[in-house]
Amino acid sequence: MSVIATTGAATTRRATFRRLAVWLVSAAVLLILPQIFTSGLAVTVMNQMGIAIVFALSYNMMLGQGGMLSFGHAVYFGLGGFFAMHMIDWVDQQLFVFPIYLTPFMGGLFGLFMALVIGSFSTRRAGTVFAMISLGIGELVAALSLILVVFFGGEEGVSGDRTTGPGIFGFNFLQDIEVYYLIAVWVLVAVLFMYLFSRTPAGRMANAVRDNPERAEFVGYSQRTVRLISFCAAGFFAGIAGGLFAINYEILTEQNLNATTSGGVLLMAYIGGIGYFIGPIVGAVIFTLLQTVLSGYTDLWVLYVGLVFLATVLYVPTGLTGIMMMHVPAWRLGRLRSLVVPYLTMVIPVAMLFCGLVGLLEMFHYRNGAPTGEVEMTVFYVTVDFTSPLPWAVFTALTLAGGYLTRRLAPAVAASFQAATSYDAKGSSA
Amino acid sequence: MFELILFSILNGLVYGLLLFMLSSGLTLIFSMMGVLNFAHASFYMLGAYFAFTMSGYIGFFPALIIAPIIAGLLGALVERYGLRHVHRYGHVAELIFTFGLAFLIEEVVQFFWGKQLQDYRVPEVLDFTFFEMFGNAFPAYKAFMLLVSIAIFVLLFAVLTRSRVGMIIQAAITHPNIVAMLGHNVPFIFMATFGVGSALAAIAGVIAGPVLGTGPAMAFELGTIVFVVVVFGGLGSLSGAFVASIMIGLIQTVAVALDVSVSDFFGLFGMSFSPDDFLVDVWTITLPQIAPIIPYLMLVLMLIFRPQGLMGKRES
Repeated sequence: MSVIATTGAATTRRATFRRLAVWLVSAAVLLILPQIFTSGLAVTVMNQMGIAIVFALSYNMMLGQGGMLSFGHAVYFGLGGFFAMHMIDWVDQQLFVFPIYLTPFMGGLFGLFMALVIGSFSTRRAGTVFAMISLGIGELVAALSLILVVFFGGEEGVSGDRTTGPGIFGFNFLQDIEVYYLIAVWVLVAVLFMYLFSRTPAGRMANAVRDNPERAEFVGYSQRTVRLISFCAAGFFAGIAGGLFAINYEILTEQNLNATTSGGVLLMAYIGGIGYFIGPIVGAVIFTLLQTVLSGYTDLWVLYVGLVFLATVLYVPTGLTGIMMMHVPAWRLGRLRSLVVPYLTMVIPVAMLFCGLVGLLEMFHYRNGAPTGEVEMTVFYVTVDFTSPLPWAVFTALTLAGGYLTRRLAPAVAASFQAATSYDAKGSSA
Repeated sequence: MFELILFSILNGLVYGLLLFMLSSGLTLIFSMMGVLNFAHASFYMLGAYFAFTMSGYIGFFPALIIAPIIAGLLGALVERYGLRHVHRYGHVAELIFTFGLAFLIEEVVQFFWGKQLQDYRVPEVLDFTFFEMFGNAFPAYKAFMLLVSIAIFVLLFAVLTRSRVGMIIQAAITHPNIVAMLGHNVPFIFMATFGVGSALAAIAGVIAGPVLGTGPAMAFELGTIVFVVVVFGGLGSLSGAFVASIMIGLIQTVAVALDVSVSDFFGLFGMSFSPDDFLVDVWTITLPQIAPIIPYLMLVLMLIFRPQGLMGKRES
C-alpha cells in the first residue's frame, strides 16, 4: 500500500510540476519575445496577438466548451473596451484616480454585466436559436453604437490618453514595449484563469451540457444556468480583451463591436481548433500573423483566410491543433520518425499546388486592378508580365501537376500514418 | 398623409415580397435539413452580379432566366459536396460551414468584380413612370418587381400544395424515411430543394440589384434581415415567413417615411427635454434613424417571449 501511495504521490508531484512548468515556460517566452523581435512592427503585432489570444479563448469558452455558437461575441469585447476607454478618459480628466493598468479588469466587469443582462434570456436555448439571438443582439448593438453618441462617440468613436494615470514601477505606458509587458501579464493571468475555469465543476458541467443537455438536467443541473455561467465568464474575459485593446490603441469605434469582429473571432477559434484549450491560442497567433504580415504582401489575404477556414470546416474540423494532436499516438509509440520521409515526399507537390494557385489568383487579381499601361507585377519575388501567356501557363502547369501528384501520393502518406499510429501494425515488431 | 401611406404600403409590399422570395427558400431548406443557411443571401448577391455581367451581353430578360439557373446549380453543388459532407459533424458545424461559405462568396465576388458598387441599372424598357399620384411617381420597374414576386409566390404555392412534386417535398420534410421507402431519392430531393431555393434567392437578386444596389455588402445587409424574417415568422413555417416578410417590409418602409422623434412623441403629452440632458441621444432619436434596428429589436423580443416565432411549431 505504501508503495502505491508513494508512487501515486510521486506521479502527482511530477504531474503538478509539469503543469507548473508549462506556465513558467510560457511566462519566460513572453518575457524573452521582445528581446528577439525588437522592431516596432513586431511589438505592434505581438500586442495585437495578445489581445486576440484572450478574445479567442473567451470565445471558445462558449463554442468549444459550452457548445454555444455565437455570431455576436464582439459585443462584449467592444462594450468592455468602450467602458475601459471611458475610464481612461475619466482618469485623464481627473474625475478620480485609477491605475490605467487595471482598466481591463473594469472592462471585464462591464462585459460581465452586459453578458449577464443579455445572457439572462439568450442562453435559454443552445444551437440555432442561441446563434440567431447573438446575431440579432450583435446587429442591434452595432447599429445603436452609431446612434448613442454619448457613450459610443458615433462614427469617430471614443479615444483617450493612456499615459496620465498613476504608473507602476516607473512605467507610464508611453511606449508600445511597455504596453507589451502589460498585455503579456494580462494575457498570462487571463489564460490561467480561463484554464482554471475549464477545470472547475462549472466548466465541466458546461462540457456536459454541450454534449447532452437532457442528461445534465437529469443529474440535477439547469442547462440554462450552466450556459449562463459560461456565457458570463466569456463576456468577462472578452471585456478584458476589449480593455487591453483600449489601452493598446487608445481608440474604440463601431468596428470593434460589429459583425466583422464577431466573425473574425469565430474564424480564429475554429481554425486553431475549438476542441482543445490551446486551439484558439494557435488560431489567434496565426490569424494575427495573416492579418498583419500577409496583408502587407497581398490584398487577397481575406480570400486566403476564407479558403483556409472553409477547408478547415470541411476536412479538419478539429483544427490545426487537431492535426498536431493526431500525431501524439505516433509520438507515444516512438514512431514519429517513420513519418518524416512520407511527409517530405508530400512537401514538393503541395508546394507546387500552393504556388500555382496563389500565382494564378494573384495575377488575375492584379490584372483586374492594374493601371493601364502597367503590365508587370511581382509574384514570389519574380517579376512577371501578366499579359504574356507564359506565366499563366507556368502557374497552371504547377497547379495541375501539384494537384495530380498530391492526389497520387496522398494514399501512401495516409497508409504510413495509419501504420505509425495503430498498435497492431507491422511497425510494432520492427 | 394619404399619399404617404399609399406609397409606403406599395413600397413596403415590393420590399416585403422580395424578402419572401429569399425567406421562402431559406424556410424550405431549414425545414428539410434543419440547417439555417447563412449563405442564402450570398446566392441573392450572386444572382445580381451574374445578371449584371450577363445583361451587358444578352440583355436583362434572358439574364433574368439564366442567372438564377446558374446560381441554382451552384447551390445544388454546395449541398452535394459541402453541406452533405459536413452534416456528420452536427448542426453547429453546418451553421459554421454556411457562415464560412457566405464569407468566402463575398471575398470571391470582390475578387472578380472588385469592392466598388456596380453600375447595374434598370433596363430601359422598364425605365418609365408607371403612374403618378399627388406629385409622387411610381416607377414601372417597381411594378415589374411586384409582378415577378407575386408570380413567383403563386407558382411556389401552387407547386407545393397542388403538384405531385410538392407533395413529395412536403412529405420529405416530415417523414424523410418513409418517402425514401416509397422509392424516392431523398438526398436528391434535398439537393434539388437547396438548388431551387438558391435560384429563388438569385431571382430576387436579379430584380433587386438595380434598386437596392449591387455591391459586395449586399448579401450581409439583406441576409440578416432575411434571418430575422425567418425566425420571426417561425422557423420552418412558410406562411409565417410570408406574414413576417410583409410585416417587416411594411414596417421598415413606413419607419423610414415617418420623420418623428422620441421627444416629438412625448411632446404630444406636453413634456419637453433640455438639449444638454445626459440622455439627449435617446430623446432626439428619430424613427428613420432607428428603422434599420427595428427588425433586430423585433427578433430579440420575439425570441425572448415566443421562441417558436409567429407560426412556428418548434423552437429550434
